[in-house]
Amino acid sequence: MLVSTKWLADYIDTKGLDPAELAEKITRSGIEVDAVIDRSHGMTNVVVGHVLECEKHPEADKLSICQVDVGEEVTQIICGAPNIAKGQKVIVARPGAVLPGGMKIKKAKLRGEESNGMICSLQELAIEGKLVPKAYAEGIYVLPVDTQAGADALEVLGLHDTVLELGLTPNRADAMSMLGVAYEVGAILSEDMKYPEITYSTSSESAENVLKLRVEDMDANPLYIAKVVKNVKIGESPLWLQQRLMAAGVRPHNNVVDVTNYVLMEYGQPLHAFDYDRLQTGEIVVRAARQGEKITTLDTQERELASHQLVITNGQEAVAIAGVMGGANSEVHEGTTTIVIESAYFKPASVRQTSKDHNLRSDASSRFEKGVDPNRVEAAAERAAQLIAELAGGEILQGSVVVDELDKSQKEVVVSPDFINNRLGMKISLEDMTSILSRLKFEFEAANGLLYIKAPTRRQDIQIEEDIVEEIARIYGYDEIPITLPKGESTPGGLTPYQAQRRIVRNYLEGAGLQQAITYSLTSKELAQSFALEAAPVTQLLMPMSEDRSTLRQSLIPHLLEAATYNIARKADAVTMFETGSVFLGETSEGLPHEEEHVAAVMTGKWLDHSWQGERKTVDFFVLKGIIEGLFAKIGLDKHMSFEQAQMDGLHPGRTATIKLADKMIGIVGQLHPTEQKKRDLKETYVMELNLAKLLTFTLEPLLYTPVPRFPSISRDIALVAERAKAAGELEKIIRSAGGKLLKDVRVFDLYEGEKMEPGQKSVAFSLTYEDPERTLTDEEVVKAHSKVLKALEEQGNVQLRG
Amino acid sequence: MQEQLQQLKQEAIGKIEAASNVKELQDVRVAYLGKKGPITDLLKGMGKLPAEERPKMGALVNVVREEVTSVLDERLVLLEDAAIQQQLENESIDVTLPGRPAKTGNHHPLTRVVEEIEDLFISMGYEIAEGPEVEKDYYNFEALNLPKGHPARDMQDSFYISEDILLRTHTSPVQARTMEAKGGEPIKIICPGKVYRRDSDDATHSHQFTQIEGLVIGENINMSDLKGTLSVFAKKMFGDDREIRLRPSFFPFTEPSVEMDISCFKCGGSGCNVCKKTGWLEILGAGMVHPNVLEMAGYDSKRLSGFAFGMGPERIAMLKYGVEDIRHFYTNDVRFVSQFHRTEV
Repeated sequence: MLVSTKWLADYIDTKGLDPAELAEKITRSGIEVDAVIDRSHGMTNVVVGHVLECEKHPEADKLSICQVDVGEEVTQIICGAPNIAKGQKVIVARPGAVLPGGMKIKKAKLRGEESNGMICSLQELAIEGKLVPKAYAEGIYVLPVDTQAGADALEVLGLHDTVLELGLTPNRADAMSMLGVAYEVGAILSEDMKYPEITYSTSSESAENVLKLRVEDMDANPLYIAKVVKNVKIGESPLWLQQRLMAAGVRPHNNVVDVTNYVLMEYGQPLHAFDYDRLQTGEIVVRAARQGEKITTLDTQERELASHQLVITNGQEAVAIAGVMGGANSEVHEGTTTIVIESAYFKPASVRQTSKDHNLRSDASSRFEKGVDPNRVEAAAERAAQLIAELAGGEILQGSVVVDELDKSQKEVVVSPDFINNRLGMKISLEDMTSILSRLKFEFEAANGLLYIKAPTRRQDIQIEEDIVEEIARIYGYDEIPITLPKGESTPGGLTPYQAQRRIVRNYLEGAGLQQAITYSLTSKELAQSFALEAAPVTQLLMPMSEDRSTLRQSLIPHLLEAATYNIARKADAVTMFETGSVFLGETSEGLPHEEEHVAAVMTGKWLDHSWQGERKTVDFFVLKGIIEGLFAKIGLDKHMSFEQAQMDGLHPGRTATIKLADKMIGIVGQLHPTEQKKRDLKETYVMELNLAKLLTFTLEPLLYTPVPRFPSISRDIALVAERAKAAGELEKIIRSAGGKLLKDVRVFDLYEGEKMEPGQKSVAFSLTYEDPERTLTDEEVVKAHSKVLKALEEQGNVQLRG
Repeated sequence: MQEQLQQLKQEAIGKIEAASNVKELQDVRVAYLGKKGPITDLLKGMGKLPAEERPKMGALVNVVREEVTSVLDERLVLLEDAAIQQQLENESIDVTLPGRPAKTGNHHPLTRVVEEIEDLFISMGYEIAEGPEVEKDYYNFEALNLPKGHPARDMQDSFYISEDILLRTHTSPVQARTMEAKGGEPIKIICPGKVYRRDSDDATHSHQFTQIEGLVIGENINMSDLKGTLSVFAKKMFGDDREIRLRPSFFPFTEPSVEMDISCFKCGGSGCNVCKKTGWLEILGAGMVHPNVLEMAGYDSKRLSGFAFGMGPERIAMLKYGVEDIRHFYTNDVRFVSQFHRTEV
């Protein structure tokens, strides 16, 4: 809502407040002023000029040489506008003027002819092109003939004005009108407001004689008022009306349409004017549209209607979509002589639905759909009739044609002053409360320790006690509310074990060198299931904004890979990132997808770069595996974890493992398949994903201390020759099960697969540690345990022992 | 024999002085004082002397022996010292060479902001509540006083999965679910999480973003408690000298509803480019829980009241760290995320 402060002054005395101060007061008490716009934009030296002579430029077809009386003198100005003509009163920017776009006006020569200024269009004065009357949209603006040459053009155009742009919340539909804003300002400043005076004379003929009215759906249209004005003369509106409309963001058309728009802005009541003769039938019938019925609206679009939509008809065909937009067939035009003014109350839900169906939001629909003031419907019709008679010279027929079943009563709210103070944590006196209600122009009675309040019908948002609390508080001032903290039992607060563990996981991974990423949950249908740990139906949006964001992800890996590609393309030498977030799988009994929190990582490029001491390493499988092992150890699950060679689409078949927790698959780790790497412009890249929810909800044995060994341990090394395909993990398992109680630790310390080996063979070396917590081990005991291990390896491992 | 002794002594001392390192010196010790050395030999040969000469000679040998030993020990200290000096010299390094990098990652800036806020409210006795990102229309809208067809639904164009299921547009459904689960008991929670709206991504809009909401329900919870709580938050988060102000606003789930501004932390309120010359920064929305919301979750709105507030970590991070484009949070550019490595207490 754009509020011209100059226009607002018609209804309320703002006590000479600076517009910025006024804006601040309005903002602080409930309606946010988004912008304070000085319509003069600091322009000077812009005057009214009288074009005394206008001839074609001898050297340029499109230019005219004008002799212009600018008050002080007659001066020559070259003008390029197609609609310039002798005798016009025009806007002249004199040399020295600075226009809003920053253009500085100077004396100049155009094709050899002197030009002392510029004749301006409205656009050049920072009025939006879509607001400029169509007749002047492509050229200069022409002022009324009686305008004084040399006068301040900004004054004539009403541009010495400041407009407040209100950002209205949906509850404050009452402020979608100048009168509504005047009420608000009146309450803030404690000033009374003035209503427009409506007086006019009528002809002897009665409106009911010429117009019949029938409303078939009284629920959707409980009030319809029609007034008839005869013998109007359609023409341009006076300048003051055009100015006010432009200030309010409405384009002037002709005097009748402009009046309906003016009253819409003034009262917040949308009106429509029909050409009576074009209606043809002398009848208005409001009814549900017929399914498939067609209407061409004022914006020249043909629209197909549906049976839940309400239309205004002439008894035969639709002439307007109720509350949304008029039809072209009954539009007021240059030759119109008799008009019908419609002022009605259309049910908000009906208008909202219809406007949504047609994707058509108008100044009218945006007001109807929030509920207009039932008590202003008639006044607005009267006001429009008065102005049309004044400006278009018509005769108003007696009375109105009315169908009315609308409830216009005020909502009563009963509230106790204590309730108000309790909710606010304040001690506002009853006197202050009633004074605020008076300023708001709410009717009330204070009795039995209660306030009986009748909310004015313009304030449809006032329904319950809490609404009164807010009204009192916002006018009294939120700055007056004291600062306290909630009283009562104090609660311990804290993270749940799951939340605490999740933080530990993140901190661990960061400590291990990975950076946290946050990527989008929505992805393309193609990517949604790639790298998913389990197969499940996907969750798709009904109306995605793009294919790339149409489906909920089932793995975090695809977007992490996108981040890797993005960074590598920008010359990052490494990308090591992780993310924790939900994946969305299938459907639960509630109908929602099963949301599961996962953690995933991507690693590529340099891992260690310490070249001056000869240490350099790029990321490989075991870097990422080590981080995962460390993670399991950190949260106490290392004893329950295992890795198994595996395959997954998109991963390197020889470099992928499933990660198991207590023998159940909980994640994967592997190298991206070389063809996938190529597709994404990545070099050797590793990824992992784990079901974090399962990881963090695994029941752990409590942490108990085991005594620090008091007796020395003994180590023995074993070197084996095995088939290359033989997994070291399998050999380790054999060693561990054969080693018995004394075997404390087994570790691979060497691997050789080079040319000194027979083809297809490798050498693996293990270091075994034996220990007895109770006493010092004897040689014989170690030899006994160790020979069991060696025997088991030979028998079960299919390996040869080396010297 | 005495002469022989003196000669030996001179010879030994000469060798001691000639020794240029500890090893050579130890060789001298072995050569002259060792079990097979000449001095030991002399002692061994004393048996051949007449008995009356033995003590005298013995004493003499011992004196020589002690003299040589003491010279040798002195020399040893010297040489050891020199050896250490040499070692230190050899071992000295250029300490300005770079260290072996200890690679660590860091929190995403949004997590950083979220955890900071979580911890602050935990210290005030709040718990962290979480809920699904794909929600029922009922919890996302209806339970929050936004029935179907409510005009405020225009404000939140949403990603629907089906007629009744959508990606949550705020974390308020977590509040609705918590209220339902608590069955009329007091509540003190913070709800952080991802939310989604049908916006095109640009510098100030993101179809996915983060929210943190808070909810307190109890006896006699009022607006001044809300103001006090938000004031603590503003000071902890943005500095002790922050002031707050409340402005009336509208949210369907609260009544009265307010927006909270804080005095600009960059200029202190005098007006700058961060606060767009107003001196104030809009930080969050809040209000007293609407009685319809309480009643719908089974709370007696006459007996209990509550307040709620909600804010966007993206906006807070943008203000706090001067980030100009919301898309940075979701691009995961290493050059962006790594800037949030250092701590700031």
